[in-house]
Amino acid sequence: MSSRGKVLSAIRANQPVLTALPNVEPLKAYANQENLLAQYTTVATNIGAKVYEIKNINEVKAIIQNNFEAGKRIVSTVAELSDLADTKEYLSDLPVQLADVELAILQSDLAVAENGAIWITEDQMGQRVLPFITQHLVAIVNAKNIVATMHDAYSVIGITTQGFGAFIAGPSKTADIEQSLVIGAHGPRSMSLFLIKED
Amino acid sequence: MSTMPTKDHAELAGQFNTDESRVDWHDETLWWIRQKRDKAVNQLPEWELLRETASKIKEHMLSNIGNYLEAFEANALANGITVHWAADAKEHNEIVHGIIKKHGVNRMVKSKSMLTEECHLNEYLAENGIEVIDSDLGERIVQLAKEPPSHIVLPCIHKKKEEIGDLFHEHLGTPAGLSDPQILTETARQHLREVFLTRKIALTGVNFAVAETGEFVVCTNEGNADMGAHLSEVHIASMGFEKVIPKREHLGVFLRLLTRSATGQPITTYSSHYKKPRPGQEMHIVIVDNGRSIQLGRKDFRNSLKCIRCGACMNTCPVYRRSGGHSYHNAISGPIGSILAPNLDMEKYADLPFASTLCGSCSNVCPVKIDIHDQLYKWRQVIVKAGYTTKTKTASMKMMEWTLSSPGIYHAAGKAGRIVMKYAPFAVNNALNPWYKQRDMPKPPAESFDEWYKKNRGNR
Repeated sequence: MSSRGKVLSAIRANQPVLTALPNVEPLKAYANQENLLAQYTTVATNIGAKVYEIKNINEVKAIIQNNFEAGKRIVSTVAELSDLADTKEYLSDLPVQLADVELAILQSDLAVAENGAIWITEDQMGQRVLPFITQHLVAIVNAKNIVATMHDAYSVIGITTQGFGAFIAGPSKTADIEQSLVIGAHGPRSMSLFLIKED
Repeated sequence: MSTMPTKDHAELAGQFNTDESRVDWHDETLWWIRQKRDKAVNQLPEWELLRETASKIKEHMLSNIGNYLEAFEANALANGITVHWAADAKEHNEIVHGIIKKHGVNRMVKSKSMLTEECHLNEYLAENGIEVIDSDLGERIVQLAKEPPSHIVLPCIHKKKEEIGDLFHEHLGTPAGLSDPQILTETARQHLREVFLTRKIALTGVNFAVAETGEFVVCTNEGNADMGAHLSEVHIASMGFEKVIPKREHLGVFLRLLTRSATGQPITTYSSHYKKPRPGQEMHIVIVDNGRSIQLGRKDFRNSLKCIRCGACMNTCPVYRRSGGHSYHNAISGPIGSILAPNLDMEKYADLPFASTLCGSCSNVCPVKIDIHDQLYKWRQVIVKAGYTTKTKTASMKMMEWTLSSPGIYHAAGKAGRIVMKYAPFAVNNALNPWYKQRDMPKPPAESFDEWYKKNRGNR
């Protein structure tokens, strides 16, 4: 018999009597749906992200020009930022050719108040490795797309068919050396969140 | 790195306990993490409902796991992932080696996977001329030190920053005497970035595998799994079969529990959902049994398969905190390791269920409500019945049975004990009695309660 057959028949021989699958819906009732923007900002700041409230995408440009050195490689999936960043050419690079990216500016359509994370799919990444390999990461999210909890987040995500997606919560970090928190492990050294709040 | 000696938990804990200030430091560090967990958990009024829901989802999963694994496999295949099945550690290692050989390379980068520790994959590949570099910072540190991880979430929690500075000086060429975590981490970042950019094959672990979608989720704070996987041409993900969960919405439950329990964070920095290989990339999943199907059949112990590897039971355990992860001489240490290991080899790990006070703190913090301390107690019965206890333990248990079987012998023995402790404490407090290692005994009372009662109340 193949190993597949062996493993599955050993499992079936030892599997206990079927029990019911619980409903996750009751967990949603506990969520605090009040002032999600303020909740999100507090948590995201606590996990090391920098949060900017902006009115429109043009404000992104001014903040980036003030905070990032000119001459470094900036890439973005946001077409409106093409005067500031490479929005096309990097797409045909090999993943390793993105090693010198200083800043990646990406857009997300979902953020989670309880943990400060954004949900970002591979079409919003341009290249899968981009949000990880870049030295600094900026994410733009509309404040109306903030949900309270992970339960709400998965209700929005549903069973979408993207090949890759990730929750990203703050800059990369480690505390492996004597539990001292160090920001900038293998991924971005900083994460800035631009939350668009339309009037 | 399976060079752990065949000493038992008590002997290895004894070695760890020779440095008292290090024990205190280890104990306090882990307790601090336990307190961070409490702070995070107490912010959620629904915490107990979350635990209960998670436990029930896992219970249901185990009761229908054959079907869920087949569904997961079918969906993963439809997503373009190659699925392999391994009955044991040896077969897992051979499958991984086979994939590496097929691509004609001799090196690989690997993110954290306790399963590959369980299977001793690194040693196997080294014997076959394949170099593996672990990319989690803590794992890289213990790899350089030629040690196994001492904790499933915090692999080098037993190491001081000065020792890490020495390792980096020896292996990565940093100046001698460095101990600043910021500088050491930056050094590792540069060293491992070079590794990520030059490896064709990356192996990751799996935190959750979703039957409904055929995707798997990998959680890290450092971003090392993603750096390895997305830069590689071949991504191999190894998983114990119990990692499968029915639906994607269940990730909401488990991701809320995992990191709050582990470190007190609301979520890991990265929770990556791998569903399809990127165009041109090859993606493999290896589903491993290695004794899990036997554990599934053990009614008293099958709940151990609910474990999501958060490490909360270790951080809270008074024995783990004071004996160190290496004293468990198993890939997975602490309370959960002590109920998983005897399933793999009851004789080799007969000591582990006894390395506990049965205080129950592990069961209280477990995010999937595994009855860990009850299982430790039950393993003791099984191990004693099977005859795997040490000779001294068997002899002392027999002596205890004889003493407790008759009130006359019990009273005489008690009196004798008090006299010896009073006039000749050295007869008990000597190197032959392991209870005196790192312990001071209280003064014996002058008389027993029975004697006191007879004197003071007996005439009324």
